[in-house]
Amino acid sequence: MYTQALNQKDSGPQGTQGLVEDPERLARFEARVAAEDKIEPNDWMPEAYRRTLTRQISQHAHSEIVGMLPEGNWITRAPSLRRKAALLAKVQDEGGHGLYLYAAAETLGTSREQLVEQLLSGKAKYSSIFNYPTLTWADIGAIGWLVDGAAIMNQIPLCRTSFGPYARAMIRICKEESFHQRQGYEIMLTLCRGTEQQKAMAQDALNRWWWPSLMMFGPPDAESSHTDQSMRWKIKRFTNDALRQQFVDATVPQGHYLGLTFPDPALRFNEETKHWEFGEIDWEEFRQVLAGNGPCNRERMEARRRAHDEGAWVREAALAHAAKRKARRAATPKLAAE
Amino acid sequence: MTTITLAETPLLHAVLARADDALVHAHRLSEWVGHAPMLEEDLALGNVALDLLGQARSLYTYAAEVEGKGRTEDDLAYLRDAPSFRNLLLLEQPNGDFAQTIVRLFLHSAVLHPFWRTAMGSSDATLAAIAAKAEKEVAYHLRHSAEWLIRLGDGTEESHRRAQEALDRLWRFTGEMFAPEDADLVARGVLPDPASLRPEWDATVARVLAEATLDRPKDGWMQQGGRRGVHTEPLGHMLAVMQHLQRAYPGATW
Ligand SMILES: [Fe+2]
Ligand SMILES: [Fe+2]
Ligand SMILES: [Fe+2]
Repeated sequence: MYTQALNQKDSGPQGTQGLVEDPERLARFEARVAAEDKIEPNDWMPEAYRRTLTRQISQHAHSEIVGMLPEGNWITRAPSLRRKAALLAKVQDEGGHGLYLYAAAETLGTSREQLVEQLLSGKAKYSSIFNYPTLTWADIGAIGWLVDGAAIMNQIPLCRTSFGPYARAMIRICKEESFHQRQGYEIMLTLCRGTEQQKAMAQDALNRWWWPSLMMFGPPDAESSHTDQSMRWKIKRFTNDALRQQFVDATVPQGHYLGLTFPDPALRFNEETKHWEFGEIDWEEFRQVLAGNGPCNRERMEARRRAHDEGAWVREAALAHAAKRKARRAATPKLAAE
Repeated sequence: MTTITLAETPLLHAVLARADDALVHAHRLSEWVGHAPMLEEDLALGNVALDLLGQARSLYTYAAEVEGKGRTEDDLAYLRDAPSFRNLLLLEQPNGDFAQTIVRLFLHSAVLHPFWRTAMGSSDATLAAIAAKAEKEVAYHLRHSAEWLIRLGDGTEESHRRAQEALDRLWRFTGEMFAPEDADLVARGVLPDPASLRPEWDATVARVLAEATLDRPKDGWMQQGGRRGVHTEPLGHMLAVMQHLQRAYPGATW
């Protein structure tokens, strides 16, 4: 979501800055997008569109993959067998989302290896939310409820995004994300109906995850670059602030139903606008987390790099074995013919 | 709730043993999720772990029913201490590198598959039903681990060395898989006689190791004790992690 990348400046790859697209093709492309036609991988598209989408889809994929870590942290400690199975399946779903999304990004001409390399080198970003730690079991509930909840807000409009493979991946992913969201809320509900200690655990998780969840929608519209073009190209359909407000409006009553208090003294319902008004987001914290200074940035990247480095010999073995088989298959009929 | 111990009848003991095998192995495999050598393996090992966890849950539920004291699957998984666990020593061994994980999965699946296939004809209807589902799942685990073992053995020099080392390291735990089962349970057709599974296991191992260009280690002294609760050191650590919330908040519902 993990669409925070859209707010980064698109400097373009070396040599393509200032590339002027053929105005006729560009006009035809824009007309198709305006008519809600889906753009497919083999269709002509402006370089900036290709680049923006590659960045957005791969950032989304990286977020799914890095997102496996904070929740994976609790698989071995899940408090019941039912919760353990559900969490394991959830984390596995996120890995599956990463796979589809890498495949969608590859249709735009960048290989998964290159995309992963960009993540591991620190060049590509992933959602800021996964740089926060999971400290208690209630964090697993809070993540499902809030983080998957925020992801859904962001991703439901993407089911109608202009790029066909991305829109189709989103339809499948959104179904699973809403399942995750309900499951997370159900964990919170169980805690809030439980002992005092469990309720305190749930409250503490909300205190820690609420503001970072609001930051998932990216910087305020006033500071967000590239929103106009992304909106015109139907890569983005609602602004960061609009989606954030939609999330707050949906989530606050759910929190109150749990009997929890949001860590925001300014939170109040505006009878006229029918929206929940909320306090100032600490954008300095957001910038720091994006800049690599969140509580777990180093640990998350180290974990990804370690898995990649320690798995290198396995991937090499698989390639070497496939090559041997191929060579043997090629040799066999020849031998038979001799 | 504090630590529980069960009065184990032969049937309860046998069901618990299979449940503990599945849970402990699922736990180990789940440790890979998010850290596997490639994304496809995060998913595949996660799948195997989920299958085994499902088998464990069915078996614990049945064990609780056999015991008849109103306990739940979670009581049996979370409230017994290490000496009450009945799993094979092989399955509690730490993951080590990917080769050790694959060898552990292969060596066990190669016996678990004929075990469940035979148990599909069990005179115990519950076990027969569990077996019918587990047999299909374990067939996939066996295929997946055998394919990987072949890739690793017949891959690069390094992968070959690691696969052979993993076999040499874990072989001493294979004897326990064929330790005799309660004679009466076998005679009544409740569970297969472990010795009867050995020829198929030997043949599977021979076929896969040959294709993997790996050597079958010599059958030396075999480590045993898991079925009577005498475990290796890693199990205590695993349970300390797995059971921590249930132990720290006794009686809470999650
Ligand atoms: Fe996801
Ligand atoms: Fe997502
Ligand atoms: Fe999710």
